[in-house]
Amino acid sequence: MVTDSQASVPEQLLVADSVRVQRGKRVLLDEINVEVSPNELVGLIGPNGAGKSTLLSTLAGLNTPDAGCVLLKNKPIDDYTPSQRAQQLGWMEQLSAAHWPVSVRHLVMLGRIPYLSRWQSPSDKDHELVHDIMKATDCLTLQDQSVTTLSGGELTRVMLARTLASEPSVLLADEPTAALDIGHQLQTMDLLRAFCTYDRACVVVLHDLSLAARYCDRIYLLNDSHMIASGVPMAVLNTDNIRSVYGVEISVQNGEIPSLVPLRRTQ
Amino acid sequence: MRVSTIPFLHIVLGLAVITLAALSMSVGAESIDVLTSISRIFSDSNDVGAVIMREVRLPRTLIAIIAGATLGLCGAAMQGLLRNPLASPGLVGSASGAALGAVTILYFGAGVFHPQSVPVAGMLGSLLATAIVYLLAGRDSNVTTLILAGVAVNAMATAGMSLLLNFAPSPFAVRELVLWTLGDLSDRSLSDVWMMLPCTLIGWCLLIGVGRQLDALTLGERTAQSLGIHHGRLRWRVFIAVSLAVGASVATTGMIGFIGLVVPHLLRPFVGYEPRRLLWVSALGGSAMLLAADIGVRLIPTPTAMKVGVLTSIVGAPFFLHLILRSRRDGYR
Repeated sequence: MVTDSQASVPEQLLVADSVRVQRGKRVLLDEINVEVSPNELVGLIGPNGAGKSTLLSTLAGLNTPDAGCVLLKNKPIDDYTPSQRAQQLGWMEQLSAAHWPVSVRHLVMLGRIPYLSRWQSPSDKDHELVHDIMKATDCLTLQDQSVTTLSGGELTRVMLARTLASEPSVLLADEPTAALDIGHQLQTMDLLRAFCTYDRACVVVLHDLSLAARYCDRIYLLNDSHMIASGVPMAVLNTDNIRSVYGVEISVQNGEIPSLVPLRRTQ
Repeated sequence: MRVSTIPFLHIVLGLAVITLAALSMSVGAESIDVLTSISRIFSDSNDVGAVIMREVRLPRTLIAIIAGATLGLCGAAMQGLLRNPLASPGLVGSASGAALGAVTILYFGAGVFHPQSVPVAGMLGSLLATAIVYLLAGRDSNVTTLILAGVAVNAMATAGMSLLLNFAPSPFAVRELVLWTLGDLSDRSLSDVWMMLPCTLIGWCLLIGVGRQLDALTLGERTAQSLGIHHGRLRWRVFIAVSLAVGASVATTGMIGFIGLVVPHLLRPFVGYEPRRLLWVSALGGSAMLLAADIGVRLIPTPTAMKVGVLTSIVGAPFFLHLILRSRRDGYR
């Protein structure tokens, strides 16, 4: 019984092993190791241009690393067919938008594409699932609206619902809280937190250090295509690390809800 | 609620195509009513009416249906692929490449001795132009690069045609070449229909089943890729389909502008802006529009017969302008 459950839920859902990514001569990621376990909400932080988005899309199997490999449930990610991969990994693009003013329901249903064969229409089960997901993400009232009429917060929720509709094991979200007000930031993070139960996990790129400290189980700190530190939030987000990576003095208030306030630039 | 509108739209457009086809069979210098005309196609009689039906109006009507469907379908596919309502088969050079190929054959007079060489040259020209656009734009490049490459190849094709016109041996040859590029459905025979049909059908078949992938592209290339869509393969497939189908059509009819642009755009709101549902609806719409335009040029009293490509351009160009102005105002990409 025990061995059964161990087999069905691998210890590591997603692993990046010594990953190196290059564009021409420029090194975007070097010697990166990441491990994502079930139940975890993992934060990816670092200054602009550190390589966070590149790392996230590499984890999603959208970039092929020039060295090292990405393992999804202990199997190289290239061994999966694109549809199999898409059923396991949900990727939420930064500031993603729809190119046609389709309805919200249709957009969320696009998340079912990895499960449909070429000629198959979405079944009643697909419709039920999409309905439930829209309910959970608070999109139900929007379902007949055109996606181009949505506000930033609504659009993020709809895009999250679209990603969840693929029923991924690992959700990879690139700055889902960017351009959201504080209320919608908390709502989005609560939804991500709620996703990371049982055998599922989430990797999220964040700029807000307080949000990262508050919600994440573990944090990876990237700078200049290298991994600087990783571990539990308050261990990574210490004043020394932040000063050396961002060049900013911060004040850290530990407590039930941690807060990190930038004070001044050091350079 | 919206689900039921698709078959309904198909039925309406299908009926429109049938009605217009019947009208197209009965309109002309010799007025023959629809029912007798249709019965005469299948009769063995050799009276004037039956011959007109079989040799003149039937090919003309069939070509309008096939070419119109091709333009509408390929327009919808290109717009879905490039996620741009201003895209059309002409944009990636398929149409002008085909025209250059066909005009080259006409120029050297081979068309007289080997009539089938014209559509073949058209298709080759179309494939070549599309391949050049594709190579110029690169495998993973963005939509803007692709459009710029299309503009460049279109310019080259136009330059080639100008060169041929410049060196045309006689004013009659110039006239023939120019008239050919205008786009016309008259004086076509059933053998023209058989000539264009194989390649257009292959093109259509290649576009069967791309609908869902085009739907996924609504979310952008990267997200579509994350949903398991192989974007490079999809792009190749649509490009080859469009150049085969449009190449064969243009080689038979000459350049008929704006149908591939206008039809998908008009029908898009009725299918909830979903690229997949737009594809085959646009094929029907394209047929209906080209049939209507071709009936129009026969009914509009002009000193010499007006070419159908001229009519679609006269109506289409202002519409295109309106589209640009509106897309600027709405600001959707």
